[in-house]
Amino acid sequence: MKRSLFQKVWDAHTVGTLSDGRTQLFIGTHLIHEVTSPQAFGMLKELGLPVKYPNRTFATVDHIIPTDERNEPFSDPLADAMIKELRKNCAEHGVTFFDSNTGKQGIVHIVGPEQGITQPGMTIACGDSHTATHGAFGAIAFGIGTSQVRDILATQTMALSPLKVRRINVDGELAPGVFAKDVILHIIRLLGVKGGLGYAYEYGGEVFDNFSLEERMTVCNMSIEGGARCGYVNPDQKTYDYLKGRPYAPKGEAWDKAVAEWEALRSDEGCEYDDIVNINAADIAPTVTWGINPGQAIFIDEDLPQPDALPESDRETAVEAYEHMHLQPGQAIKGTKVDVVFFGSCTNGRLSDFEEVAKHIKGKKVAEGIKKAICVPGSQVVSAIAEEKGIAQIFRDAGFEWRGAGCSMCLGMNPDQLVGDQLCASSSNRNFKGRQGSPTGRTVLMSPLMVAAAAVTGEVADAREVFKVA
Amino acid sequence: MALENIVNVSGRGVPVMGDDIDTDRIIPARFMKCVTFDGLGEFAFYDAIKEFEEAGKTHPLKDSKFEGASVLISGANFGCGSSREHAPQSLARAGIKAIISESFAEIFFGNCTTLGVPCVTLPREKLNELADLITQEPDTMINIDLENKSVTAGDWSYSVNLPETAHQALTTGRWDPITELLESDVERVAGSLSYVDAK
Repeated sequence: MKRSLFQKVWDAHTVGTLSDGRTQLFIGTHLIHEVTSPQAFGMLKELGLPVKYPNRTFATVDHIIPTDERNEPFSDPLADAMIKELRKNCAEHGVTFFDSNTGKQGIVHIVGPEQGITQPGMTIACGDSHTATHGAFGAIAFGIGTSQVRDILATQTMALSPLKVRRINVDGELAPGVFAKDVILHIIRLLGVKGGLGYAYEYGGEVFDNFSLEERMTVCNMSIEGGARCGYVNPDQKTYDYLKGRPYAPKGEAWDKAVAEWEALRSDEGCEYDDIVNINAADIAPTVTWGINPGQAIFIDEDLPQPDALPESDRETAVEAYEHMHLQPGQAIKGTKVDVVFFGSCTNGRLSDFEEVAKHIKGKKVAEGIKKAICVPGSQVVSAIAEEKGIAQIFRDAGFEWRGAGCSMCLGMNPDQLVGDQLCASSSNRNFKGRQGSPTGRTVLMSPLMVAAAAVTGEVADAREVFKVA
Repeated sequence: MALENIVNVSGRGVPVMGDDIDTDRIIPARFMKCVTFDGLGEFAFYDAIKEFEEAGKTHPLKDSKFEGASVLISGANFGCGSSREHAPQSLARAGIKAIISESFAEIFFGNCTTLGVPCVTLPREKLNELADLITQEPDTMINIDLENKSVTAGDWSYSVNLPETAHQALTTGRWDPITELLESDVERVAGSLSYVDAK
């Protein structure tokens, strides 16, 4: 029978069926961080169990780490306790920890691929909903809760019901100034924030064939924002080229064997999908959010929608969103005043994101009205390369702060937070109320180049006009 | 680990209506700076409660008429966003024993089930009826019969949906799967995967 990659990976990792009917799935790679693992280690201790496969468990610190002053003890004693707890747990159980002094620390979803830990055909889990990022390599990757972190630490397995698979084709060519971020914001806008419930998303078509691995990661990363538990792209030569030579990638003969296995993982031609969605790349323009969930998005040159014009189920949230965002239906989003700009996160904190923007902001300056402009590389490796290539300096010269690696202003768990009702042009993934640390803070999600356009103009702007991209 | 069979949940209700209530809303990230889940109960819906107060209103969770409620009623896609188990942990520690909504985000649903907090769904129209009833008569006892998949509130009654796996897990006392997971032969699968060194 013809099978999708999802089905092949699922089958290969199935241990059995549990009494409640769920599948016991082997999780080959477990990524942990300081926020959702300490309680799980605590539960393990209560049960008197060791970590079953410490060599398949990898840790880093990202959510709480300050991006400016990184010497310990951190000024926040709670954050300081968390990094020390993780360090202790990793040492005690023999888990590899990409600690803040290793030069390899960073956001867990950036570190995994960068180190070559993330590979096609794996099952990957992490106590973080953006784990779908790893699907860019043809892995099946799930965000999980802390009890499941415990389950995987103890057994290397978890209980899960199988998902349906929706194939999303994006064919044709993206217009200049339209990026992977616009593609995923557009997909979520089309299918809705709950459209993916019960599904894994398989992304494909010409646009994904042409995308780099980093672009594929940006799209897979936000699958959960569309309600899909995981998202993936079939592996291809680009995947293998990205991985070859990375620290944890197979070497020598093992490499050739691995590539042959990975090739066989691709969804079979003509396999059945539970649903297929076709999108024309030419229909996508630079997209920004205007509300309090990532599905509330419009093209930069559209006017804000009238709640009455939206599907009935979306109206109440739209009214709430307008109130929170201090925006009015019928207005243009373009021209909205911006207070803070944030580059970074597991969605858009990779080298190519900074490289693309650096090309355009060289010689330009952050606008006067911007109170804070921060660039937060997704990992220490990204930061080191950006320094070496002079990219970090381009940002500094333009008036940005170049920070240390971490989740930073994507979520309010570290000192990088919005104040009051500041509006942030952000390359991150969530615009929920309070997400960036201030309950009344406002977030507008967009691609990195659009963030740059907001930075240099001081307002939500069309990067194609600001940087003359054509 | 012997767990109780959860066949019935009874209690008064509290409607916290709205769609797409995300886990950042249920527990803002700044309260996740902790190494245990103890004490999270007091932070459930913290910012939403403050927002109501500042607007001179009372959030349902702080409204005395719903005091002591243990059945939370909300809208579609409840618990979307972050996978943080801190969200269901904070609700459970605030006394919530079951949640009724139109639909649930998957990770949140799984987290709740593992904690023994049943999440059941009603069609929109019925959900609104129930929420209205509880708003008008907050002393009404809600009874969720998990065995027969129904919910009753006074004279009002309707069938609820619950995936069969969760139904099985809850009613047979196997909602926390760890015991069963530990019993299995994991090595067989581990040994068949070339990327796993299964020693």
